[in-house]
Amino acid sequence: MSDPIIEVKNVSKSYGGVKANVDITMKVERGSITGIIGPNGCGKTTLFNSIVGYHPIDTGSISFDGDEISKLRVGDIARLGMLRTFQQTRIYNKMDCVDNMQISVSHRPDSKVSVFASRKGEIRERAEHLLEFVGLYSKRNLISGDLSFGQQKLLELAMALMNEPKALLLDEPTAGINPTLINGLIDRLRRANEELGITLCVIEHNMRVIMNLASHIYCLSNGQMLAEGKPSELQNDQRVIDAYLGGH
Amino acid sequence: MLDNLQLLFVWAPVINIQIILEGIFVGAVFALSAYGLALVWGVMNIKNLAQGDFVIMGGYMALALTSANVHLALTMAIVIVTMFIYGWVVYVVMIRRIIDQDMFVSLLATFGLSLLMQQVMNLIFGPEVQTIDMELPVYEAFDGMVTIPSSKIISLIMAAIIAVTVILFMKKSRTGQAIRATAQDARAARVLGIDTDRVYAFTFAFNAALCGAAGVLVSIIWVIQPFYGITYSVRTFAIVTAAGLGNLPGVISAGFGIGLFEKYTGMIMGTAYEVAAPVSILLLVLIWRQISMRRNRQVVK
Amino acid sequence: MIKSNNLITYGALGVLGIFGPILFPDYTLSIAYLWMMVLMASTWDTLGGQMGYNSLGNITFFGVGMYVSAIVQISIFYEGGMGEYTSAMGSIKPEFTDNEYFLGLYLGIICAGLVALILSIIFSSFMFGLRGPYFAIGSLGLAIAAAEITITVDYVGGASGISMPLFPGDIEFRSTFFYILCFLFAVAAHFLLRWLYSTQFGLAINAIRDDEDKAEAMGIPTLIYKRIGWGIAAFFMGCIGAVAGNMAGFIDKEVAYPIPTFGIFMVAMVLLGGKGTLWGPVLGAILFHVVKETTWTYLLNLQWIALGLILIINIVYFQQGIMGWLQDKFPERFGIVVDPSGTQADAKSEGDAK
Repeated sequence: MSDPIIEVKNVSKSYGGVKANVDITMKVERGSITGIIGPNGCGKTTLFNSIVGYHPIDTGSISFDGDEISKLRVGDIARLGMLRTFQQTRIYNKMDCVDNMQISVSHRPDSKVSVFASRKGEIRERAEHLLEFVGLYSKRNLISGDLSFGQQKLLELAMALMNEPKALLLDEPTAGINPTLINGLIDRLRRANEELGITLCVIEHNMRVIMNLASHIYCLSNGQMLAEGKPSELQNDQRVIDAYLGGH
Repeated sequence: MLDNLQLLFVWAPVINIQIILEGIFVGAVFALSAYGLALVWGVMNIKNLAQGDFVIMGGYMALALTSANVHLALTMAIVIVTMFIYGWVVYVVMIRRIIDQDMFVSLLATFGLSLLMQQVMNLIFGPEVQTIDMELPVYEAFDGMVTIPSSKIISLIMAAIIAVTVILFMKKSRTGQAIRATAQDARAARVLGIDTDRVYAFTFAFNAALCGAAGVLVSIIWVIQPFYGITYSVRTFAIVTAAGLGNLPGVISAGFGIGLFEKYTGMIMGTAYEVAAPVSILLLVLIWRQISMRRNRQVVK
Repeated sequence: MIKSNNLITYGALGVLGIFGPILFPDYTLSIAYLWMMVLMASTWDTLGGQMGYNSLGNITFFGVGMYVSAIVQISIFYEGGMGEYTSAMGSIKPEFTDNEYFLGLYLGIICAGLVALILSIIFSSFMFGLRGPYFAIGSLGLAIAAAEITITVDYVGGASGISMPLFPGDIEFRSTFFYILCFLFAVAAHFLLRWLYSTQFGLAINAIRDDEDKAEAMGIPTLIYKRIGWGIAAFFMGCIGAVAGNMAGFIDKEVAYPIPTFGIFMVAMVLLGGKGTLWGPVLGAILFHVVKETTWTYLLNLQWIALGLILIINIVYFQQGIMGWLQDKFPERFGIVVDPSGTQADAKSEGDAK
């Protein structure tokens, strides 16, 4: 039974002459981990940006949990329960880690956290618990801008989890992470998916990571959808191999 | 107000020509200083809120020189050189340290500079409104309904000469090219051996000189007063916001546009609205920019 | 800040506030203006330092409040109404009873605050799409526009201004009365902001300052927070504007919209004391006011030049302000945790690619 939480239909987006996305169609099944791969410059981040509402799309439709969202702005889509992390890792760098977490609490209309809620109390506890989940508990009182790049990436992930999203779009979550720690990160992503029920859609360059993590993968090339399928299928797909190795 | 409207469009439409000409004369000067602002903004990311005061300063220098019977052309040359040096000094003492900082810093620092300059000029020249009377012939047309002082024509010609010189300089000269390279990518320029600090200093000084020149023209065709600077700054910001940074023809047309708008407003609604006009244009431009950015889900940064 | 420090500070300020005018009655009005500065600086910092939206036009609300209060105070009890009063250009001197005066005054202040608040909400709908310098200049434009529009409206006295109703009481009573108003407003604003910054609201506005796009992407409804922040500032500025108008006794465009002076003072004070901290604006305001009062008479015409210089030197050479400098030197005393092992040292050990 197909139950897509995100549906992208015939989406195209151009920037001043450059056709970044051409007629992209894809689905992200609820509860799954879906991957997006493709050589540099093929339009993966643009697709993410289109989905989360960062810019308007030229043609096509995008729906989230049954609602059409292509006309909505970033804030509205986030409040519907879809978040994204950034390739360059964005956090609130003058605040400490716990504060970063606390303000990442859900701002959806059904959230029980009010604008004027105190900063002590159960929000703080949840924040610290999640920091522990990603391994940053000992750094929780440090100013987040002082953390190393890898630590900031973990913080960004924890902040996303704090928000209790329905779906999380991750843009290259393992880029720049020490190889020995990637396994830990993958493990946490899987646990977030399985235990917390968050649907993940992941852009990745690290083939080992994405082939192990995702159940279904889409491959983009030159702004267009090249191939899709299970990891094992794509690994043997000649078109995918060609796209990465050079022939445009 | 209704009377003025009727005067313009029913009884004596010839007056429109007068107003349009006035708008063009003044607009040319606005365009010059707007170009300077855009230059400094584009190259160094400094928003110079003292721009108007540089203009007024040039005006006062011209006033002092012409009352000492210095010929206009020589006055212009002296003002340009002196303002250039002044700009360089300001850069070294102040601007250099705030180049890479947060945007508000440059605004506030130059605002402080603006306050300083206004008060010094007030101290030296007094708060009265002044102008330079060239005592040149005034041409008349249409039975005397339209008067065109030749001083204003001279001003327009000088503005055009300055504009052309500036454009040629930026296009052809090595310094001009260095400036444009630095504007596009400062780090790359440095790697290629361009001394970006000197480029910045030069650009800021160049802007000061340009404002000074504009100021000379203003003192001929209009009036100057120590506290008029902020209004000029508001105008130039409105122009640059409307036209965008790299858009020279846009800056020129926006300059003329503001000039016309102000003169028409002054005619129709009276001189009480003289300061309100550029400010309302600024607000309108800002609102319009927001609306057009919103369509792309962007904000005005 | 640590509890004991807090008590000392509040104690000291409380003593100054309560005993200042008793011990130095000649300086009562001066200290009243001090509290006004504290209020202006503190409310400016909510938007400027805490949220990152530097407004050069908060003085707009001050002026609007001043005029609204004048309208209320005069229209309520003078039968001829406002228009008649202002067209008489000061020749009409209404006689109010004590009760009428004070009722009018209180009503005037409340209306001033509310109208300013409503105005800020209207402004919010077309100002917050601007960031950084555009917001600053736009807000400056609002202030200039407000000033220019006011002088064209004869109902509020146009260019001639409005004489405020006379205070029923002698000079000492008058000074003390207005002093108390200024002090109370400053205290109220301070504690309101202190509470606000301790809630999620404080985190939200800091998040907007640090990375507004990220905040939006995380679902924070930024416009609501901006509106509340500016609304609070507007309300207090409106109220204190009403008080200031009554203290001055006569209002016109210069008194109501002192853009190149008080409009910028509030920014300078916050920069001096330290942007984005609870005490920075207070400290900056006190320092600024004290220095200004003691040197003004000696500097005469050079005062404004000195102000311009102070502003420039502060921004160019001492941007973080006093609190910022203190926080850098003694982070622990402010609750900022510094990693003892040095975060750069274990950058290689945890999480980073080689």
